[in-house]
Amino acid sequence: MITLIPKDNFKLPIEGKNVTPDIFIGKTVKEINALEMWEGNRKRTIGELFEVKDDGKSSEKFTIKIEGNINSVRNIGAEMSKGKIIVEGDVGMHLGEAMTGGSIVVSGNAGSWAGSRMKDGTIEIKGNAGDYIGAAYRGSTEGMKGGKIIIHGNAGHEVGCFMRGGIIKILGNVGIFAGIHMQNGTIFVQGVSQGRAGAQMKAGKIVLAGQSEDVLPTFTIEEIKAKVKVDGEKIEGPLYRFTGDMADNGKGKLFVAKEPNSYLSFYEKYLD
Amino acid sequence: MTELIIKNGFVYDPLNQIDGEKMDICIRDGKIVKSVKDTADSIDASGKIVFPGGVDIHSHIAGGEVDTARLLRPEDHYKDVESKTSLTRSGVGFSIPSTFTTGYRYSKMGYTTVMNPSMAPLTARHTHEELSDTPMLDTATYPLLGDWWFSLEHIRDGLLKENAAHIAWMLKATKGYAIKVVNPGGLEAWGFGHNVHGLDDQVPNFGITPREIIRGLVKVNTMLNLPHSIHLHTNNLGQPGNYMTALETMKSVEDLAIENKPIMHVTHIQFCAFKGEDWKGFCSGAEEISNYVNNHNHVTLDVGQVVFSSTTTMTADGPFQYGLYHLTGNKWANHDVETETSGGIVPFRYKRSSAVHATQWSIGLEISLLIKDPYKILMTTDHPNGGPFTAYPEVMTWLISKSARDKMLAKINKRARKKSLLNTIDRELSLYELAIVTRAGQAKALGLKQKGHLGIGADADVAIFNINPEINDPAKEFEASKAAFRQTAYTIKGGEIVAKEGEIVKSIFGKTYWVDAKTSMPLQVNDDIKRKFKEYWTIEFDNYPLREGFLHSPSPVNVKAVI
Repeated sequence: MITLIPKDNFKLPIEGKNVTPDIFIGKTVKEINALEMWEGNRKRTIGELFEVKDDGKSSEKFTIKIEGNINSVRNIGAEMSKGKIIVEGDVGMHLGEAMTGGSIVVSGNAGSWAGSRMKDGTIEIKGNAGDYIGAAYRGSTEGMKGGKIIIHGNAGHEVGCFMRGGIIKILGNVGIFAGIHMQNGTIFVQGVSQGRAGAQMKAGKIVLAGQSEDVLPTFTIEEIKAKVKVDGEKIEGPLYRFTGDMADNGKGKLFVAKEPNSYLSFYEKYLD
Repeated sequence: MTELIIKNGFVYDPLNQIDGEKMDICIRDGKIVKSVKDTADSIDASGKIVFPGGVDIHSHIAGGEVDTARLLRPEDHYKDVESKTSLTRSGVGFSIPSTFTTGYRYSKMGYTTVMNPSMAPLTARHTHEELSDTPMLDTATYPLLGDWWFSLEHIRDGLLKENAAHIAWMLKATKGYAIKVVNPGGLEAWGFGHNVHGLDDQVPNFGITPREIIRGLVKVNTMLNLPHSIHLHTNNLGQPGNYMTALETMKSVEDLAIENKPIMHVTHIQFCAFKGEDWKGFCSGAEEISNYVNNHNHVTLDVGQVVFSSTTTMTADGPFQYGLYHLTGNKWANHDVETETSGGIVPFRYKRSSAVHATQWSIGLEISLLIKDPYKILMTTDHPNGGPFTAYPEVMTWLISKSARDKMLAKINKRARKKSLLNTIDRELSLYELAIVTRAGQAKALGLKQKGHLGIGADADVAIFNINPEINDPAKEFEASKAAFRQTAYTIKGGEIVAKEGEIVKSIFGKTYWVDAKTSMPLQVNDDIKRKFKEYWTIEFDNYPLREGFLHSPSPVNVKAVI
């Protein structure tokens, strides 16, 4: 296992795309120290910014551990295909962007764009996460295609924007526009949703198990379900099932728990 | 006095009838000369081919639409990034590269002159600012004048001389090079949410037809003696069955031709050669178009070849882009320019598996090969509408090699492959003909006398490619040819080596040509013009024209009008 310890409380943004198991594999500590790492507009090396240690355990040779808060370091684990990254602390934007395999665990918070464009693998964030989790690049329609993102805390706005596959589970609250432009895949929110979930969604599944500020008027009620399956797990209901977004001729499924959302009861008269 | 000699290359200079002859090219002070002193720097071009610098008659590289497209497509940029070097600036963009990147990439492929074909007159300032920031190339830009209110009024009232004087003033005011006409009448109608669907439809509020606009502007073009003919994007572009419109358009000006001189350039003809009643019955009208052009000398064409790639479509043809937006479901930007023109942008991906896209690919090559005289059909992709200009090397290999075409043909949609005329076409362009469709013919159609050839007095723009026609067959070894076209051994611009083996070695700025047509009767600035500008434009008449000093290095082309 390789351990990285930040030497400073970084103030400038740092480009961390070289911190992946794919790049570290087969490299000695000296070679890792020499890897490029931009700090602001200065070209630096990992060795200048981090203390790098190798505990020599070959069973964990695909694992990287980062000890400390690195909020200003971006692109950790970007495009990784295997191995494991453990961050003990907070991490910056674009965590695990476009990753195709392996796993990332963060004990603290993560910035925006975590898991955007990812194809496979898992990201687990124990704290909160920012906006655009599992989203597409700006302007593009290709969001997360596969894999799993689990956020134990809260997540920001536009989670799963243009998502095409995979699962995002949020155990805390979520901001507005969860699953906007969604084309496939699943989003599960246990806590409070700030509303407008599934705007312009074409397909896919959104499950709001907690309170939701609203359901967009372009969603139509279909039925009341006793429970719904998410990632092989049963979520107990009852839940309203809506279809939408009709404004975009969408066939997405939006599940909203009945109990915490008593204001939705007027929909029931349309069910017969 | 800087001197340069290019020794022992196989020279292809069609305008001077030189076909692969082994000879030396001498350069002094940016011009081709007869001889140079022994002390001149020399380039050993033995085993290489020497072409005049490439000329592109139609490539959207600057202006309002291009910039709106850049804003619309961040996802086009992030995958294609150029870092700065000690000589070059950084840049981004695949189908709509930033200005500096555009210049460098053209230069690496041996191009030295590029024409920006679409400029709303009101955006002339912006367009020239961008062209001034596009290095390595000589440029020019064509103002959109097919739906220009004053022109429409003059044509309606039969005031052709006044119209000519007005257009001469407009070319000067916008520092433009040629009269660009896009979907004549249609853009004016689009301002009110409508379109025109044929040459004889009425244009709302003016009571004239596209046919009258086209004929009027062809006459004006002749009166003004402009170097290029009118540059026309036909009505009904991109609609199945529109090859009839294209044929009718070309026929409509037959009687105006003088001494076999081209009087009309129909641009990106591939998009106007669609046969069939709807998209299901979509097929190629290449044969009909080619037959017509083979029998008439009053038109030149460029292809607008489609390549299978992700790209960005942009035209001043607003209603067409709106249709495309509905067809694809992709995002869309409508670019309306006050009273002047419209415009639209839609990202697009040409897929081999699509019958329509594959047929479009085939139509472009069919027309390129069925038209016998290469001076009449010039190679473009209508960058970025059919594909980015960086795909030119691929298009060039399709033209010179049947094997290259067959390789792609085997990979396209089955239905399109079955119907494709390419199965029956064996023609392969020679290097001499390739030099015509990519340089000599383009310069000739543009009336750029100092470009597209290597005769004494020509601008010293030269492209040297790593192809040895004595040893290798460029058609059989098309992969090697493609690699050679991608990066020149040397690109020489204005007598200086600017690119070498795919690297920029010197960053320079080219000239911007504009046409100064001298009329004996200048524009009569009357109260009506001033009033209209005051009422309908955001810029007052007095502030409308562009000073020459606004351009980085302006180069006026002086012509004497017959009025």
